[in-house]
Amino acid sequence: MKLKNVTHLSVKELWSLWRDPAMLVLILYVFTVNIYTAATAMPESLHNAPIAFVDHDQSQLSKRIIDAFAPPYFLTPEVIHDNEVNRVLDTGAFTFVVTIPPNFEKEVFKGLQPDVQVNVDATRISQAFTGNGYITEILNAEVSAYLQGYKSEVSYPVELVMRARFNPALESFWFGSVMELINAVTMIAIILSGAALIREKERGTIEHLLVMPVSDSEIMLSKILATGAVVWTVTLLSVYAVIQGALGVPVNGDVWLFMVAVALQLFAVSSMGIFMATIARSMPQFGLLLILVLLPLQLLSGGTTPRESMPDFIQYIMLLTPNTHFVMASQGVLYRGAELSVIYPQLLALFVIGCVFYTVALRRFKSTIGSMT
Amino acid sequence: MKNIVACEHLTVRYGNTLAIDSISLTIPTGTTVGIIGPDGVGKSTLLSLIAGEREMQDGQLQVLGGDMRSKGHRNAICADIAYMPQGLGKNLYPTLSVEENLQFFAKLFGHGRAERRTRIDALTRRTGLYPFLSRPAGKLSGGMKQKLGLCCALIHDPKLLILDEPTTGVDPLARSQFWSLINDIHSAQPDITVVVATAYMDEAQQFNQLVALNAGKVLATGTAAELLAQTGTQDLESAFIALLPEEIKQHHTEVEVTPLADNEQAGIAIEAKHLTMQFGDFVAVSDVSFSIRKGEIFGFLGSNGCGKSTTMKMLTGLLPQTSGDAWLLGSELGSNDISTRYRVGYMSQSFSLYTELTVRQNLVLHGRLFNVDSERLAERVDEMLARFSLTSHQHSLPASLPLGIRQRLSLAVAMVHKPEVLILDEPTSGVDPVARDNFWRLLIALAREDGVTIFISTHFMNEAARCDRISLMHAGKVLVTDTPDAIISDKQADTLEEAFIAYLKEAQTSGTPCEENTSTPLTTVHTSQNAHSRKKRGMALRRLLSYASRETLELVRDPIRLTMSFLGSMVLMVVIGYGITMDVEDLKYAVFDRDQSSLSLEYRNALSGSRYFVEMPAITSYDDMDRRMKSGEISLAVEIPPDFGQTLHNGETVEIGAWIDGAMPSRAETIEGYVTGIHVTWLSQQASQMSQVTSTSNINVVSRYLYNPDIRSLVAIVPAVIPMLLLMIPALLTSLAVVREKELGSIINLYVTPIKKIEFLLGKQLPYIATSFVSFLLLVAMAVWLFDVPLKGDVVALSVIALLFVTFSTSFGLLASVFTNSQIAAILLTTIGTMVPAIQFAGMITPVSALEGFGRIVGEGHPVSYFLLASRGIFSKGLGFETLDFTVYAIAASIPVTLCLATMLLNKQER
Repeated sequence: MKLKNVTHLSVKELWSLWRDPAMLVLILYVFTVNIYTAATAMPESLHNAPIAFVDHDQSQLSKRIIDAFAPPYFLTPEVIHDNEVNRVLDTGAFTFVVTIPPNFEKEVFKGLQPDVQVNVDATRISQAFTGNGYITEILNAEVSAYLQGYKSEVSYPVELVMRARFNPALESFWFGSVMELINAVTMIAIILSGAALIREKERGTIEHLLVMPVSDSEIMLSKILATGAVVWTVTLLSVYAVIQGALGVPVNGDVWLFMVAVALQLFAVSSMGIFMATIARSMPQFGLLLILVLLPLQLLSGGTTPRESMPDFIQYIMLLTPNTHFVMASQGVLYRGAELSVIYPQLLALFVIGCVFYTVALRRFKSTIGSMT
Repeated sequence: MKNIVACEHLTVRYGNTLAIDSISLTIPTGTTVGIIGPDGVGKSTLLSLIAGEREMQDGQLQVLGGDMRSKGHRNAICADIAYMPQGLGKNLYPTLSVEENLQFFAKLFGHGRAERRTRIDALTRRTGLYPFLSRPAGKLSGGMKQKLGLCCALIHDPKLLILDEPTTGVDPLARSQFWSLINDIHSAQPDITVVVATAYMDEAQQFNQLVALNAGKVLATGTAAELLAQTGTQDLESAFIALLPEEIKQHHTEVEVTPLADNEQAGIAIEAKHLTMQFGDFVAVSDVSFSIRKGEIFGFLGSNGCGKSTTMKMLTGLLPQTSGDAWLLGSELGSNDISTRYRVGYMSQSFSLYTELTVRQNLVLHGRLFNVDSERLAERVDEMLARFSLTSHQHSLPASLPLGIRQRLSLAVAMVHKPEVLILDEPTSGVDPVARDNFWRLLIALAREDGVTIFISTHFMNEAARCDRISLMHAGKVLVTDTPDAIISDKQADTLEEAFIAYLKEAQTSGTPCEENTSTPLTTVHTSQNAHSRKKRGMALRRLLSYASRETLELVRDPIRLTMSFLGSMVLMVVIGYGITMDVEDLKYAVFDRDQSSLSLEYRNALSGSRYFVEMPAITSYDDMDRRMKSGEISLAVEIPPDFGQTLHNGETVEIGAWIDGAMPSRAETIEGYVTGIHVTWLSQQASQMSQVTSTSNINVVSRYLYNPDIRSLVAIVPAVIPMLLLMIPALLTSLAVVREKELGSIINLYVTPIKKIEFLLGKQLPYIATSFVSFLLLVAMAVWLFDVPLKGDVVALSVIALLFVTFSTSFGLLASVFTNSQIAAILLTTIGTMVPAIQFAGMITPVSALEGFGRIVGEGHPVSYFLLASRGIFSKGLGFETLDFTVYAIAASIPVTLCLATMLLNKQER
């Protein structure tokens, strides 16, 4: 393998990309606007939950309770009739319906601990659990506050002091922006390297390369290098300009250590892109394949939902993909400020997976060359 | 009707290019007219206008006595025109058999079952296709494809037959058979008018009238004899060149071939012995042997698909041969000897160049890869630019250059490293005669002056005649190898073409594959009246079903799309079902117990007893805690202060610290909730034990988790994933189905057959509604049996709503495909156009009522929101029609809206 050939071919790849305005716009969009909008649009865990009340009491206390529910956590509550409860829950108009019983206020004063019934539509799981917690808390707080001055409170003297580390205010866009960046790295690298090979197949230029004194590994490596260089650079820009700049996410760790992880990830996923391009016979087939591969990578790698909550077999399978390790390493470095001594197992895993993908892709590339032309 | 076609000042522009420049022309009824001229002069555009396939721009055009601008007239005469577009079998469906293709066209023109049978049998018997009725069209030879195209065109008794380059790339025997077929038709039905475009000047002799076209303008019209007389030339090719404007032909001189010096010492450049290439059952190249001397121009002559390119690819090392041996410049093939590659130049079909690199960059890249000395590279590139007259174009991109210049660039690229052997695969197809002659002059100079060995393939007879020696190839075999003159005299023929035909006939004597039954008349079937007399509605339905059954056949034979339609949604269901879990469980935590009292142990037990948490080894120090949180090993650390029990005993306030990993905010919030809950429970237990106070609370909040009492996230997610997948995948499939026809060219059948736009769309849609509904059933089965999500409500209601919904999503795919022109654009548009509303606006995570602004509008209006409500309602809430009637109306209403939009945006003519 000659380094000179790889360089020449890589430069050619860069020219190809430079003269493809659609692809350039796509890359820029994905690494800037898309990260920004996706991060800021990330829904808070409880936001504008629709809630209704059935007020049998019609007392000062019940009114006070209803007024306590307000945006942003809840939509302004609606008061409905008793016989509407089933219908509004069935049609999904409300997630929560709270029933305040008759003589509620009186019983509270007597210390009878009256029941307040909260009906939760548990098919909306994202709101159900957290929302119910908030509702219980607000109900208790309002009743206590109302009783202030009437009755003294006794509390047990153990306080739980909770602090969220690495993201004290639990800003969801801190998380969202970096995960979106990770998805962008994977997606663009696969598309770029795969499309670069398919374009050569479709235009017939791959034949030219193959009759020249360049080896298969030089051709493949040049595509990986060119793709890697481009994506690596825009990733770096995105970290500084979009994530730290526009979004103002404080990065705890060493950005350059993160960029090492990015480089390893790029090596692995661009090899994967080439492998996919050898399977697909045309750009449309590549497109279909991309959808089937990209979605699992993004959803199951721990970048969307916590890994530990997935079934064991999925956790094990996903350990074989680069994304899982990349997500772990990135979260470690960028949020928790982890050093090399902490994340080296992930980097090692990325490197090994990258090498396996590269070898498999190269073998497949060699063996399918005949049918490619 | 004297003139069947009459046009005046007809003009067509593509962007800035004038394809047809103010043409005025008449074609008398009952004649045969040949439109001659090289590629790219406007022949195809002119024919497509006459056929009504392309939308008119400027000028007037009357066909069959009516204005082609009038939609009514076009519909009325549609069945009277038969149009065979350019390209081998372009309007045929390659995966469908001969019979299926013919049935499809016959149904489109409204023939009944019995009539279809008689017509198909008569046509295929006459053309010799009858034995191949069950063979897929894609597996026919070029000549047979063109015969099938002709059969499809003739199935409805046209009055005007328009053939666009019907014989390009077809072997000479099949070509002559094709023309005799056309002659027979014309003599049997003298009132048929035949308009043919061709780039082979020699075959244009036979037509009643010729129209010579160049650069969108008519050069001359008249009979062949008149044109020859006018220009004082012997053959039509020379006549055509003579007719060209001065500035084009000024540098043109006849190509003269200097004979090869008889130098026995020269040695062998390329030698092949018994080369064979087999792809599965198909033998592409069979036992080919030849040897080429150094400095020789050696030609391969044969039709498309006869094995020319495959042989060349074997010699370049692109394809490993199945058997046999070959030597290139003394080195054996397959020895993986990279050094011979420096000595060979290769130019593939269609001049593949890097269109993103400029002319100069292309040359420089190739030079560098061939290891041309970097100091001498610039010099060498300049030399090539000058030699191939490319200097003025050196900074242009190849795509912006005319074909002739691109061809020269390809040759320059192949020559940049001074190879000793040039392998050129059909280097002149699609290039005009003047440029072709220029190209040949360059080749001859290379061979004679520089001593380069040239191995070239072509399907032009006059080019083959310029070679020192040629091989005639047919069906993977070399029929003969000799000098052109020797081949002609061997068969006592006048021309190379005749000699080739003689060899072909000789080769085919044993078991002719394509026996024509000339006794069967082509037009036996005037049995029934034409389509007009039939009931209109029955016709429409028949055309619709014709498209539907054809689409089904194609889908069944395309494994990737079929897999995508069934397996795609199932795979994604598994991924998403398990992936988007909202259950946060098995959280790893550790305790930093600095008290180690019985009370602190009680607190720790309260934590470890929770099903949400998994305890890890205790934390030993702050450093330990820091490290383990950073690595993500634990997501919660609880610190119990020293003297916890003692302080509490004294009645003083104590603080327990909980550090939560905030890297993933949603998980952190859930942990907060769990810890608070455990803490409060512990507190109340302690309180009751110490019997200080009865309770800390004033009210009793009773929560009822309806529909999903165990709060399993699968119960919430799975019924929401079904609508998402049933929106995305069916839309993706239909959007590809239409764009594919656009890319492959078979969309022409929409333009030139009587099918209406809405019939076309519905016909395409039907099979996908069916497959999507099957996917729906599979998804429901997976939900119930694999994910264990109970289906509590009315299954019938769910199925009806799902059926309506997949009708909507397939309509949406059609809409997307009407917008786009390439399959990849269709995939992108459909994915984004379906995923965003399905995931973000339909209420999958945030209910629609909680959305604001744009998202709220989309969420309220999009059918997927309603299907989501219905799916959750029926799965988890046990509902039926009576509660969900509003979703049925909303989804049903969306179908006609989408389909109408798609129909409005679809063109019935090419623009």
